[in-house]
Amino acid sequence: MKTTLKGFTRHVLLAAAALGAAGLAHAQEKVKVGLMLPYTGTYASLGNAITNGFKQFVSENGGKLGGREVEYFVVDDESDPAKATENAKKLIKRDNVDVLVGTVHSGVALAMSKVARENKTLMIVPNAGADELTGPLCDANLFRTSFSMWQPSYAMGKVMAAKGHKKVVTLTWKYAGGQQAVDGFKEAFEKGGGKVLKDMTLPFPNVEFQPFLTEIAALKPDAVYVFFAGGGAAKFAKDYAAAGLKNSIPLYASGFLTDGTIDAMGEASQGLLTTLHYGDGLDSAKNNAFRLNYAKSYKAQPDVYAVQGYDAAQAFNVGLTAVKGDTSKRAELIKAMETAKIDSPRGPFTFSKAHNPVQNIYLRKVEGRENKVIDTPEKSLADPARGCKL
Amino acid sequence: MDFYSFLIQSLNALQYGLLLFLVASGLTLVFGIMGIINLAHGSFYMIGAYLAFALTSLTGNFFVAILLGIPLALAFGAALEALLFAHLYKRDHLEQVLLTYGLILIFEEVRSLLLGDDVHGIPVPEIFAASIPLNDTLSYPVYRLVISAVCIVLAVGLYWLIQRTRLGMMIRAGSHDRDMVQSLGIDINRIYRTVFALGVALAALAGMLAAPISSVFPGMGSQVLIISFVIVVIGGIGSVWGALIAALIIGFADTFGKVLLPDFAGLIVYLVMAVVLLWRPEGILKKG
Repeated sequence: MKTTLKGFTRHVLLAAAALGAAGLAHAQEKVKVGLMLPYTGTYASLGNAITNGFKQFVSENGGKLGGREVEYFVVDDESDPAKATENAKKLIKRDNVDVLVGTVHSGVALAMSKVARENKTLMIVPNAGADELTGPLCDANLFRTSFSMWQPSYAMGKVMAAKGHKKVVTLTWKYAGGQQAVDGFKEAFEKGGGKVLKDMTLPFPNVEFQPFLTEIAALKPDAVYVFFAGGGAAKFAKDYAAAGLKNSIPLYASGFLTDGTIDAMGEASQGLLTTLHYGDGLDSAKNNAFRLNYAKSYKAQPDVYAVQGYDAAQAFNVGLTAVKGDTSKRAELIKAMETAKIDSPRGPFTFSKAHNPVQNIYLRKVEGRENKVIDTPEKSLADPARGCKL
Repeated sequence: MDFYSFLIQSLNALQYGLLLFLVASGLTLVFGIMGIINLAHGSFYMIGAYLAFALTSLTGNFFVAILLGIPLALAFGAALEALLFAHLYKRDHLEQVLLTYGLILIFEEVRSLLLGDDVHGIPVPEIFAASIPLNDTLSYPVYRLVISAVCIVLAVGLYWLIQRTRLGMMIRAGSHDRDMVQSLGIDINRIYRTVFALGVALAALAGMLAAPISSVFPGMGSQVLIISFVIVVIGGIGSVWGALIAALIIGFADTFGKVLLPDFAGLIVYLVMAVVLLWRPEGILKKG
């Protein structure tokens, strides 16, 4: 009995000492970061880039977030919406993570956000662009460090109208992401006086484009607007050029048509114009330092996904630092993130009311192997966050 | 749609159908003649495309890559048959499905480890890089026509092999009655190994030929797998001509479906399959 009491006293004393030293007992424990990202399948390289970016910020920050060491809990989401709920629950219930970071695939991210909302877990989306996440499904605990589908597409609509294109044909896969991109584009393009002759879609992830190229040639629009990504994007650009359309009808795209696909497209990529929140040749001290560090750490050039991962860590760090590592002060943590100015390699951004980045959208042109930034058609563009009640 | 557009769309359909036949032909052999449900067929297509990419980067010449790739694919197919598939002929279809599904996962993972997950491309070989102008805005890439020609040659070649040669006779006999063929003193195991290797090589060749126009990316195999099964089933299991006819039907259905009924484009191929199977439950040309 005596020893137990002595042990107890010692523990209290130790805890008191810890309190005195670090201010808070919490600061001694590691902060638990759940990374739920694709590490296999089509999006594996995106998941890896996001992870690399996240970890790069942590190491630049002395291996800590909000003054606390970091412990990672990693789950491969396989970009499979059917497994999303279970995977997210594992991280939240079993591993008890302080923040859930994920993911690339919008369908998976939507399912994750539902679990996070039910458990009131802080969640940061480092890519998935579904408008809903910061629209009708927005939540106080949910932040996004990437973009909404609407943002780059809206900017592209404005660019194409300003270039004097009047009649345009659109083409995308028939899924929510493609639909939202086309809607965003149309909103700005029609506002600018343009007219969409025809909206064409094909089932995801079908890549037989030949019938549509024939249609485009028959309709003879002033320009073509598309939304594609990955292998399908590479094939589309090649088919478009091989059909001889690239020289007669200019092709524009928002989003990721030319990200990670330039090598695969070869000659067909040259001169393509796209809009996105990041690009090559952004000459700022922050971006240069980021790119140099990334290249040193991972022996690879960073891409937009790495930036989004980096900013996810950065945004969480701002919140956690404001509460001195005490995650129980959730309201204050969120408040700090909401009011923060994130010093991103893409250029500084703030969060909108719906927690989506208010950011510049750049017009990029493919030159050599780079998406060179040639203009900034939208400065600090905020997503309209339709349906969000925050 | 005016008449001229109709003609061009028909050309698109024909060309797409022939490409589908090329992918499905290997499956007709393996599934139709050997009775193996090979879910990994799409993976062999993917392996072919990556092989073309790797060998083209190494040798600098697409044709050399294909010439090297075909024997590699044949050897790979023969090795797989000897190590794995040879044990499955007398087993249940379920075990074949399990094995071949496992192979999909293994092949994808190995690909990821060896070549990464990026999207790659191979330039269309110089001599076929041109396009033929069809009207003032549209032209047709020569390489696509070359692929179509290769597909026709392969279809005729396969038909000749199976219907007109001694080996073909043994293959057909083996597919009817394995034990009887064996008791006649024919080495059925060797024949099965040959057929399987041929099936793998055909899928890989399809991947190699398609690589310059389709680009090379993770998961590309799963896209062709389902459509290949649709074609084999519509065509009549085991029939090369049936597969060719089915591939052309699907090519036309898909092309005109996308243009005329865009909202149902994803459905139309399966609708065609349902109608054909109602009309002829064993496929258009049942092997006989």
